[in-house]
Amino acid sequence: MPEIFVNQNKCTGCGICVKSCPFGSIEIVDKKAFIKDSCTFCGACIKSCKVNAIESRESNSSIRQDVSQYKGVWVYAEEKNGKILNVTYELLGSGRSLADSLGTDLTCVMIGSGVTDIAENAFHYGADRVVLCDDPQLSGYNDESYSDILVQMINAYNPEILLIGATTYGRSLAPRVASRLNTGLTADCTGLCIDPEKKILLQTRPAFGGNLMATIICPHNRPQMASVRPRVMKVPEPDYSRSGEIIKADVNIPLDLKTKVRNITDNVCEYVNLTEADVIVSGGRGMGDPKNFALLAELASLLGGTVGASRAAVDAGWAQYSCQVGQTGKTVNPKVYFACGISGAIQHLVGMSSADTIIAINKNPDAPIFKIATYGLVGDVLEILPLLIKEFRVRLA
Amino acid sequence: MNYIVCVKQVPATTEVKINRENNTIVREGIDSIINPFDTYAVEESIRLRERFGGNITALSMGIPSVESMLRDTVALGVDEAILLSDRAFAGSDSLATSYALSMAIKKIGLYDLIICGKQASDGDTAQVGPELAEKLGIPHTTYVRKIEDISDGYIRCQRMTDDGYETIEMKLPALITVVKEINEPRLPSLKGLMRSKKYQVKILGADDIGADKSRCGLNGSPTQVIKTYVPVHENASEILRGTSEEQVNTLVEKLSDMQFLKCK
Repeated sequence: MPEIFVNQNKCTGCGICVKSCPFGSIEIVDKKAFIKDSCTFCGACIKSCKVNAIESRESNSSIRQDVSQYKGVWVYAEEKNGKILNVTYELLGSGRSLADSLGTDLTCVMIGSGVTDIAENAFHYGADRVVLCDDPQLSGYNDESYSDILVQMINAYNPEILLIGATTYGRSLAPRVASRLNTGLTADCTGLCIDPEKKILLQTRPAFGGNLMATIICPHNRPQMASVRPRVMKVPEPDYSRSGEIIKADVNIPLDLKTKVRNITDNVCEYVNLTEADVIVSGGRGMGDPKNFALLAELASLLGGTVGASRAAVDAGWAQYSCQVGQTGKTVNPKVYFACGISGAIQHLVGMSSADTIIAINKNPDAPIFKIATYGLVGDVLEILPLLIKEFRVRLA
Repeated sequence: MNYIVCVKQVPATTEVKINRENNTIVREGIDSIINPFDTYAVEESIRLRERFGGNITALSMGIPSVESMLRDTVALGVDEAILLSDRAFAGSDSLATSYALSMAIKKIGLYDLIICGKQASDGDTAQVGPELAEKLGIPHTTYVRKIEDISDGYIRCQRMTDDGYETIEMKLPALITVVKEINEPRLPSLKGLMRSKKYQVKILGADDIGADKSRCGLNGSPTQVIKTYVPVHENASEILRGTSEEQVNTLVEKLSDMQFLKCK
C-alpha cells in the first residue's frame, strides 16, 4: 500500500498543508505536520508544501496496464425506438475535440436492433467511423448482453477513451463494463479535456452536491471511461456532407441470459423526460394544493416544456416521484427552470442549479432559492402564475 | 433467502460547507449519517424477510467509527453486520471498493440477493452496485422501484427508466439498487434498539477476506483526484420589483430575447 510521510527535518510546521488537505487529515503536532488515518493519499499536501517535506511512496499495483497499446476516442451511442438520443450527439461533439487534441480518430459504437439504418447520423456529428453490432436479438437495452458485447468490442479495438451518456441505462452499463475491464470510470463529468503534456483525459465533475469540483485522471488503465449527463455538452452543428466507415464488429452475442426485460412502460408521468427538457416548470409546497399543479402544466405546455416537483410536493402526494427534481430525484439541466413555491433546500438546488436561467417565484423574500435565481419574483405564486401565463400567451400568439 | 445490504457512511450533506479562504471542506462538527439512499435498501431487505423469510447481513466499508452506523441497522432489524476496515482500503475508488466488497461477500458465502441504495449522497457515482455485481459474476438491475415477486430462483422487479419503467426478471443470486419510491423506511423498534446495544459488529481486514492488497485502496484504484476547487457561481440574482403585474411584465420583457421564446 502507498505511504505518505513527513520529513521531520524539513518540516517547518508552517501549517500550509493543513489548509490544503481536502479531508482535514493533517494536524500540527509539536510544530510538525502529522498525517492522520483519514488520509486518502490524494497528494494535495505534497504540492502545497513549500519546503518539499511531504513525500509519498507507492508500492506496485497489480491492475496497471501497458497504456501505449490503446488508441482512439469512442462514444457509446444510445438509441431508443430507432432514434439516436441527443446525449450521443453531445458526446460526439465533445469526443471530436478530444480526438483532435490527441491527433486520433473518433469512433461511435452502436449496439441494438436496426442500428445500421441510423449509423450515418454519427458521421454528421463528427464520428470518423462507426463500429456496430446489429442483431434482432438485441432489440431493447439489456444490461447483461449489452455490457458483454461492448467489452468484446473494446477488447478487439483497444480505444484509449470511452464516453457514455449518464442516462439510466448509461449509468448501469458503464460501471459494469469498467469493472469487467478493471479500469477507471468517472461519473457525471461536466468538463473533459486532454492534458497537453501527458496526453491523458482530465475529467472534471462536481462532488459534495456541487459544492466542490474535482478533476480526476485515470493514468495507468485503459480505456479512460467517463459518463456525462445529458445536456451538459453542446450538440455540434451537423455537417451532412461528412461520411465514414461502418464496421460490423465480430462479436459473440450472448444467448443464455440471466436477465430478461419483460415489459417496458413509457410515460408514467404525464409530462415527461425532465432530463431532456428545455423548459421545466417546477412546483413545491407553496403551490398549496395539488389542483394548482394544473397552472404549472399550462405554463409548461405553453413554453414547450415539462413539469417538475420538489421533494415536499412529491412527499405530499401532489406529484409523482418520477417528476421529482433534486438529490433524491432527478438532476436536470434545462435552458429555463421555473421554481414556483419552492423554498430551495440544498437538496433541491443540487438537482437544478446548473440550469441556464432560473426564475423563482416565492412569497418569502428570504427563501434560499432567490440566492441562485437569475430572476426572482416575490409574491403569491397563485397570483403570479396566471398573469405569467396570460402574458406569455399574448407574446407567443 | 439470504440478503446482503450494502451501506455507506456519508457526511450529513446539508451541512457540507466550504471554507472560502482555502477552498477546503469544513469537517469540524459535521455529523456522519447512513447514506440516505441506503435506508431504503435496509428497509426493503426487512420487508423481503417478512415476505419470504431469511437472514439479512449489512455490509459496509470505512473507518472504525462506522461501526455505530452498522449498529443502527441492527436496531432496524438487520440480523448480522460486518464492517471492512483496514488501512489497506484507504483511498479506494469505486472499482477498489467493489473489489473489497466482492471479496467480503465471497467470504460470507451463501446469498440470494444483494441490495444497495441507488447511489451515495457524497460521491453520487452510482457505480459500486453494478461494479460489485460484475465482480461477483451475477446479474444486476439499477433504480428498482418495486419488487413484484421472488420465486423459483428468480426475482421480478420494476426499474425506473428516464421516461417510465420496465419489468425485469433476473435469475438469483442477483444485485439490485433501489430508489426512494420503493418504500418508506421504518423507525427502530425498542427490541431492535436493545439488541443493537449488545450487538458486536464483525470487523474484517484485507487479510481476513483474502483480498489482494495491490487491488485494494489507492493501489487498486485506477482513478486519482488531482485537483479540487470551489466552483465560481456567477451570482447575478436579480429580484424584480413592483406589483405582481409589474414583476411579470419585467420578467417577460427580460426573457423575450431568449431563443426558446423566439422560435415559437
